[in-house]
Amino acid sequence: MAAGGETRGRELPSRIGTFLGALALLRESPIAMMGAAILLFWVAMAVLAPLLPLADPNLPLEPLRPPLSVAADGSTTFWLGTDIKGRDVLSRLVWGAQRVLIWAGIATLAAYLVGVTMGLVAGYLGGWWDETLSFLANVLLSFPVMVLYIIVITRIGASPLNIVLAVTFASAPGIMRIVRGLVLDLKSRDYVAAARTRGERPVYIMLVELLPNARGPLIVDACLRLGYTTIALATLGFLGLGLPPPDPDWGAMIAETQPMGAFAGHAMIFPAIAISSLVLGFNLLADGLREISSRD
Amino acid sequence: MLMLAARRFGAMVLIMAVISLLLFVIFESDKLAVAGKVLGPYSSLEQRELWLEKEGYNRPFLVRYGEWVSNALRGDFGRSIRFKAPVSELLWPRLANTGILAGFVFLLMVPLSLTLGVLAGMREGSALDRLLSLLSVVTTSIPEFASAAVLVALFVFELGWLPGTSSMTGGFDWTQLVLPVGVLVLYDFGYVARMTRASMVEVMTSQYIRTAILKGLPRHRVILRHALRNALIAPFTVIMLQLNWLLSGVIVVEVFFAYKGFGALLYDAAMFGDIYLIEACTMVAVFVAVLSQFLSDVGYTMLNPRIRFDRAGA
Repeated sequence: MAAGGETRGRELPSRIGTFLGALALLRESPIAMMGAAILLFWVAMAVLAPLLPLADPNLPLEPLRPPLSVAADGSTTFWLGTDIKGRDVLSRLVWGAQRVLIWAGIATLAAYLVGVTMGLVAGYLGGWWDETLSFLANVLLSFPVMVLYIIVITRIGASPLNIVLAVTFASAPGIMRIVRGLVLDLKSRDYVAAARTRGERPVYIMLVELLPNARGPLIVDACLRLGYTTIALATLGFLGLGLPPPDPDWGAMIAETQPMGAFAGHAMIFPAIAISSLVLGFNLLADGLREISSRD
Repeated sequence: MLMLAARRFGAMVLIMAVISLLLFVIFESDKLAVAGKVLGPYSSLEQRELWLEKEGYNRPFLVRYGEWVSNALRGDFGRSIRFKAPVSELLWPRLANTGILAGFVFLLMVPLSLTLGVLAGMREGSALDRLLSLLSVVTTSIPEFASAAVLVALFVFELGWLPGTSSMTGGFDWTQLVLPVGVLVLYDFGYVARMTRASMVEVMTSQYIRTAILKGLPRHRVILRHALRNALIAPFTVIMLQLNWLLSGVIVVEVFFAYKGFGALLYDAAMFGDIYLIEACTMVAVFVAVLSQFLSDVGYTMLNPRIRFDRAGA
């Protein structure tokens, strides 16, 4: 990991800098293109949700209608059918995309803020800082992830903010380990020594000299982690520990349908496809970016 | 070697100790809440205080913690509030059930992912290699409960071939294991296959394999006798560490299929706030995770004597 960090750390971010540069970069890898296309689709759905001609996602209409059926009064078509409470599945999927993208983004960002800070401090300052933070990370990483989620959330309650907190607990140690490894590799570079000779403060060196040069692998990791967080949020939703109802949550949609699944298979399958495709988008993009950066 | 094992073992015990203290602080530092949970929401303050005095909760925190640890080490985790039975009686049968589930998963996943990984890694960039890469990205993108939902809709509701729940109320029934095992294998095999492939690719491009090929050994002999032995060291670690992930997946799958295993027990305990049961289940889960980490570290060193862990590598 640390050995590859040098080239990956330099090449990738310098070209992601501009939007056009990023597009040109993606064109080098069909896998990355595919991932970006899927993500773009879901982001578009999420952004356009209020503008699309969709039923209210929480409004009960006619229960258990199959896909493509027309409402009794002929006013609307249920393209993906309705769920056991008679709510439009398509509308719930689209609004659910908005919700999962927003909270997965916020949760991943929070985990990164904590993880990157811990990693920079542990890697650059070393010594007692490193020992303590690494031990803390080891303790958190000793929990099977889902056990950690379940304990934290049943203890503090399932609110959006608490879910962000739980994701931070679960993800920050992994991020810290990556950042720490990169920093250990980078901190012996001449430009760090130069900054130290200039008399720059450690905070400056960490944020201005080290962090930007560790961006490459972190961008790939962030894509993967957004995928994991999406899975985590949806799984928590399925377990009844996710974002609170009645607003749509892809995982909760499956859990709600399961007992009546024999009559509403579609209300289980479409959310499952939605989650999987979104995660696939993140994973393909991460794979493609990794491929591009290792080729440079 | 022995030194390394001892040091790793010490780290493992230390982590277990810290986590147990953490759990005890989280769940039992608020004594009145514990009493309220045990006696029910309608118990009066006097009843709760009486109970606390009787159960020895008014002794210092560390004394209580010490007693809890020494009892737990002897297999006594207290009584479950919800199931009204000793935790240990609940725990072991559930663990055995999960053992059966996990055993089948490993039995299928390990040969499958190793074979696919080795076949793909033998010829980097071949059609098979690219197909496997795509397949593993796709399967690892489908969370367990999502693939379970699709498979249940297909095989249970549409075709009627398999049962949709796996509670095994009428005795052991292997048809009830098909879907839970299938779901877990589907999610987990891709990662191990990818790691095996990466390891195989690295070995196949190494100097000694090139030498073996150039001196005219038949290809199958190069692969079977020279490459495999080194290519399978890294997957060993990955498979051991997979236990940690498997435990997470097991919870979801057991809840989905109502399988009476350890994961579902932990979930039920947490949802109900069954304090002593949560503590016991969490400690068991962490123990399994930490033990697999320990075995993977020590096993890796034993398999590959070139690798030594220095202090910074911890």
